Amino acid sequence: MTKKQIFINSAFTENSIWKQVLGICSSLAVTNLLLNSLVMGLGVIFAIGLASFTISLIRDYTPRSVRMMVQILIIAAYVIIVDIFLKAYYPAISKSLGPYVGLIITNCILMGRAEAFASKNPPIDSFIDGLGAGLGYTLVLLLIAFVRELMGQGTLFGMRVLGDWWVNWSIMVMAPSAFFLLAMLIWIINTKFYQKKQ
Amino acid sequence: MEISPWILFWASIFTSNILLTNFLGMCSYLSVSREVESSFGLGTAVFFVTTATTAINWVVYHLIIVPADIIYLQYIIFIIVIAAFVQLTEIIVERFSPVLYYSLGIFLPLITVNCAILGISLFMIIRDYSFIQSVTFGAGSGLGWLLAIMLLAGIRTRLKEKFIPTGLQGAGMSLLITGIMALAFIGFSGIVNVQ
Repeated sequence: MTKKQIFINSAFTENSIWKQVLGICSSLAVTNLLLNSLVMGLGVIFAIGLASFTISLIRDYTPRSVRMMVQILIIAAYVIIVDIFLKAYYPAISKSLGPYVGLIITNCILMGRAEAFASKNPPIDSFIDGLGAGLGYTLVLLLIAFVRELMGQGTLFGMRVLGDWWVNWSIMVMAPSAFFLLAMLIWIINTKFYQKKQ
Repeated sequence: MEISPWILFWASIFTSNILLTNFLGMCSYLSVSREVESSFGLGTAVFFVTTATTAINWVVYHLIIVPADIIYLQYIIFIIVIAAFVQLTEIIVERFSPVLYYSLGIFLPLITVNCAILGISLFMIIRDYSFIQSVTFGAGSGLGWLLAIMLLAGIRTRLKEKFIPTGLQGAGMSLLITGIMALAFIGFSGIVNVQ
């Protein structure tokens, strides 16, 4: 596979959220605001890209029996960098994301890519694969956050978009809407793109 | 404000259920909920591990991490504590109760990467709970998770024979059911209000 194919494959065709339903643990909670989702997505892209790179770099020297532990520690190291960076430069966002930045560590996407790709492929390919997976993840987050913020508060990135005539849907601010939106997204994508191949 | 541990316990089961309002522990929730029996096994394991690890992590945080001024390492330390605890439980259970090991043991490795466990420890730090509060919060959240996965497994077994549109089969349907469950749980939120 060429580098471009790897990227497209991991970002769209094999997208972790809609194809394998991985990594939604920490993703849905931040989708009430677009800004939060964007920051979270960027954090995941950074962590997954570099973690995949590092894991792949030392893949030949890691004993199989402890490889899960090694992978988690590498991921945790990068997540701590993201966390400290946010705390230092964007304290307000860091506060509103709460524990969810730390929870990137246990996000199944990172472990999933590490196991499925980075532990078998060379570093540069793994890095690209990680970036793709992170980007696909961010895209889904932004899609859901777009609907939730627009309909729940009438704003986009905190700016008023809909006029005074708009009545906020309070359900969109609450948790169940994220489940419904993700279910609908998966439904639409499955029917549109995957059914034809069968 | 000091919240009574008893209220916190009920609140973490019903009004702020770790899965239905905080979206934690979704991965194993969606993949294991096919059978009621295995859901019960995993749920019990989660309940046990959250209760114990919140207690251990509270002690580790307040007696080691804060005095040594290594708060930036808290994620790594929490993860190691959880992984070590899970491994230890596995060894002890295997040695003393093979029957329990066969019903519960296969789920234990899954738990290390369950976001709910780490999430509960992090919430406990952010909300500044006391030791008793943390333990009841951990136990309540574990029970809440057990309740949620059992409910979903029960509904899914009922749906096995029913018609579901092809695109919605599997994860899509589970998410829809979870959404409706979360909606129902919002009904509890008038009882006790704890953030």
